[in-house]
Amino acid sequence: MAASESYPDDLLYHPEHDWARIDGDEAVFGLSWFAQDALGELVHYEPPDVGASVTKDSSYGEVESVKAVSDLIAPLSGEVLEVNGKVVDAPETVNEDPYGDGWLIRVRLTSPDEKSELLNLEAYRKVLDEA
Amino acid sequence: MSSFLSLTDRDRDEMLAEIGVSSIDELFRDIPQGVRFARDLDVPPALTEVELQRHMEGLAAKNVVDEICFLGAGIYDHYVPAVVDAVLQRGEFLTAYTPYQPEMSQGVLQAIFEYQTAICELTGMDVSNASGYDGAVVAADACFVAKHATGKSKIVVTEATNPQVRQVVKTYAPGFGLEVVEVSHEDGATDPDRVREAAEGAAAVIFQHPNFFGVLENAPELAAAANGVDAMPIAHVDLVSLGVLEAPGAYGCAMAIGEGQSAGNAMSYGGPHFGFLASRTDFMRRLPGRIVGETVDATGERGYVLTLQTREQHIRREKATSNITTNQTLLALAGLVHLSLLGPQGLRELGETCMALTQYAKDKLTGAGLELLFPERATFKEFAVRTGRNAREALKDARAQGVYAGYPLGRDYAGMDDALLVAVTEKRTTDEIDRLVEVLS
Amino acid sequence: MKLIYEKSQPGRRGSGIPKPAGLEAPEVPEELRRKEPPRLPEMAEPEVLRHFTELSTRNFGIDTGFYPLGSCTMKYNPRINERLVGLPGFANLHPLVDDDAAQGALELEWNLQAILLEVTGLDAVSLQPAAGSQGELTGLMLFHAYFRDRGEDEQRRKVVIPDTAHGTNPASVTMAGYEVTHVKTDPRGNIDVDDLRTKVDEHTAGLMLTNPSTLGLFDENIEEIERIFHGAGALMYYDGANLNAVCGISRPGDMGFDIVHINLHKTFSQPHGGGGPGGGPIAVRDMLAPFLPVPVVVQDGEKYRLEYDRPKSIGKVRAFSGPFGVFVRSYAFMRAYGPGLKEMSEVAVLNANYLRARLQGAYDLPYERLCMHEFVLSARNLKRDFGVTALDVAKRLMDYGFHPPTIYFPLVVPEALMIEPTESEAKETLDAFCEAMLAIAREAAEEPEVVHEAPHSRPVKRLDEVRAAKQPVVRYQFEEHPEEQGAGSRQLEAQKGA
Repeated sequence: MAASESYPDDLLYHPEHDWARIDGDEAVFGLSWFAQDALGELVHYEPPDVGASVTKDSSYGEVESVKAVSDLIAPLSGEVLEVNGKVVDAPETVNEDPYGDGWLIRVRLTSPDEKSELLNLEAYRKVLDEA
Repeated sequence: MSSFLSLTDRDRDEMLAEIGVSSIDELFRDIPQGVRFARDLDVPPALTEVELQRHMEGLAAKNVVDEICFLGAGIYDHYVPAVVDAVLQRGEFLTAYTPYQPEMSQGVLQAIFEYQTAICELTGMDVSNASGYDGAVVAADACFVAKHATGKSKIVVTEATNPQVRQVVKTYAPGFGLEVVEVSHEDGATDPDRVREAAEGAAAVIFQHPNFFGVLENAPELAAAANGVDAMPIAHVDLVSLGVLEAPGAYGCAMAIGEGQSAGNAMSYGGPHFGFLASRTDFMRRLPGRIVGETVDATGERGYVLTLQTREQHIRREKATSNITTNQTLLALAGLVHLSLLGPQGLRELGETCMALTQYAKDKLTGAGLELLFPERATFKEFAVRTGRNAREALKDARAQGVYAGYPLGRDYAGMDDALLVAVTEKRTTDEIDRLVEVLS
Repeated sequence: MKLIYEKSQPGRRGSGIPKPAGLEAPEVPEELRRKEPPRLPEMAEPEVLRHFTELSTRNFGIDTGFYPLGSCTMKYNPRINERLVGLPGFANLHPLVDDDAAQGALELEWNLQAILLEVTGLDAVSLQPAAGSQGELTGLMLFHAYFRDRGEDEQRRKVVIPDTAHGTNPASVTMAGYEVTHVKTDPRGNIDVDDLRTKVDEHTAGLMLTNPSTLGLFDENIEEIERIFHGAGALMYYDGANLNAVCGISRPGDMGFDIVHINLHKTFSQPHGGGGPGGGPIAVRDMLAPFLPVPVVVQDGEKYRLEYDRPKSIGKVRAFSGPFGVFVRSYAFMRAYGPGLKEMSEVAVLNANYLRARLQGAYDLPYERLCMHEFVLSARNLKRDFGVTALDVAKRLMDYGFHPPTIYFPLVVPEALMIEPTESEAKETLDAFCEAMLAIAREAAEEPEVVHEAPHSRPVKRLDEVRAAKQPVVRYQFEEHPEEQGAGSRQLEAQKGA
């Protein structure tokens, strides 16, 4: 079952429709409801390796639906601590619960100050209105 | 008006009126005058069907196809059963396009699924694409897969691999950012130790088996040598040999590729034919070209679709696993029909007959005083013989007596100017082989 | 229906192999010998033929009916060409025979090249590429070779591609080791020349362009585009996918293109074969000729030969001189038309404009211009008003007995329906297709569920592509393979419908 549209206000958003949930010097990344809806049911998740470094605004992996493929854009820079194995096994988890079970990676932040460049909910809604 | 066109003058007038223009010429008003073609095409006049048949028969008659064929070197004079022609002439196969709309294309899709199964069975692999352009291009395709799977950029190819294949790989290599290293043969076969040395730091090792000289390589050891240094072993094999020779998947190869012409396709001056490309499951998402998968429809009934399409150029564009749009469906279908007629028993017998006749030819030639180039080596359906003089001259004389005796190896290999590569398929008879011996000795 | 492997019974066979009396095959060394026989089908000949005949009834070809698949040029494939390609003098000719044994084949290739040069307005041809995409790659290899020869290869790394391009273009650019520079489309469907000017400089190797474009529109600024690229010392590559619009009307060479690939399976009627074979010869300007793949066909007095000694050649992109059987069919097709190839293109363009004129209104037409041999409609009005998508329209067309158009391409048009009728169709067929398209637009408003659930008359209903991608089953798995469910009744229905 696909989730219904929502955008939690405790997250920071990237204009490419990726989100970050920051917890101290760590963060969890995922895809926004808008992104998963545009892609359709996901059938494949190509995650980074644990230990790899990810760079803000650059691709750290890919997700695929039947007819589309999308880069995953890192909202912040860091080192990958964990990949969500549940999404690797069942990519549709992202469609079902994009902000909960459908998270993609957990990272240790290397430049926590970057978060000032991300969007809060209000700013992200403006991006959505223009999309 | 051409007999391929239906529109009458009245049709044309009505259509122009509906469009709202006064002439056909006006339809082209968006083309700037500076690039309009102002004269008639200077091409030969139109021919009616009967004239066309006559013209083409005239051209065909200028080709020489009545000499007894011992020419192989990658394309072989195998028999093509009549059922193959009957199936290929079904308009629903012949005149369909790539099965983008699965509900309109279950016939082609299921046939490709069955073809993929046959290729996997023959090669011992887990997944096959829907076919590639030919046996040379699939080698380049395999290099691209290997580069991306391993992150390494060196490709090792044995010198005993078909020169056409090696040339194509080398032509593709610079664009892929690949360096190609060749490993020489020793007395017609490749030394696994040399492969191990060369394969250090390589993405893949491509070896042909039976090799270009017809020689059976020590394929399991070549594969082990590559695996030993984490290079992907890629076997270039002949479908017709796989009833008697072990499947590459059984001796550790990562991929199996080859030219499919031997199964169901006429020689046709080099094409169109098909190449096959199969791999272990690990590389499925990196394979180039079409792949058909099984699924169910809205009522739970089984059906077939193009799958894993996100690999492909029409979705991934500049990040695709290859730029291929079409494959070689009709020729792969010919291969499938032929393999289905053969079955496991027929395929084994076909291999055995080729081997028996080849052995007969070797025995007779050596009995008549000719020397084999690699006398110690076991062969499949092809072998190299010394003619005792320039092989091109020997060939010329043989042809004057109605025998196309083989392929002069001096065309590709230094120091082999006196050698002919002789291919013997199930179509050859012992009488024809006796004739070969007569004209060569 | 059952897979051929499910019809197999041990002990049956469909062909005999000669066994020469008194001869035995030598032993294969133990370590090389096949241990488990491949599980190929075991069936007698009649059942093999019936299996494939039944499969063919579950497929749709041009011989079956109208096939307006945009960008694919699904035109009539003359039957005489199948007879010609089977002439023993062609079919039984080995590709490595000495040239004196292949004079007819070489003369045919030479004649074919001459016609391609006249149609494209260029100077030299290589017939070798196996398909359009390989022609593209070969063309880009020529870019490299040409600039390397001029000492500019390091400097020129970028190839410009419009956002309407076929996916093969950017994929070929990457495979050739170049970087893609995207350029936008303007409101009339031409390349946005202002955007282009900012993107072409001394680092540009060239342009890849389809003209008419995948929107079916002739680029009105082509002369300006030519000045921009050649002014920057870059090359121009013409994707010949849409050549069927302009034979004898406008030539790529005259438009300024330096390299052209020709899809013999589109414009020149090599049957598509369910997805191949194709043929993708390239024609080039003189200055690029030294770099063409080997071998090259040359004429020496009365004789023809294959020339291999070309020191600047890029090498080989395919074995031998090319897919010869494709040349036989395409050459025969050209000879049947002669200079009438121009009329072929005119009628293709007339047919497309007629469909466009009749269908605009019921469907959105994003670019209101005369089209060339194809045009792109958008079903966005039906999606907005009734929730009916381009995919739904495509599936419903099947129930009316037509192959759907290309959908969701080009990417710049939402809910795209790309329609290419070709010259082969009678006005009655075009009218029947229009009636079906108009009926579907009405159904979208009145009974959208009929459209959503289409097709209703094919051997299968809509297929679950998500399942196919998620748990790929890409070969028959014998004992472990899931059994076929409830087949019988549907097949019967389908045969009645066919």
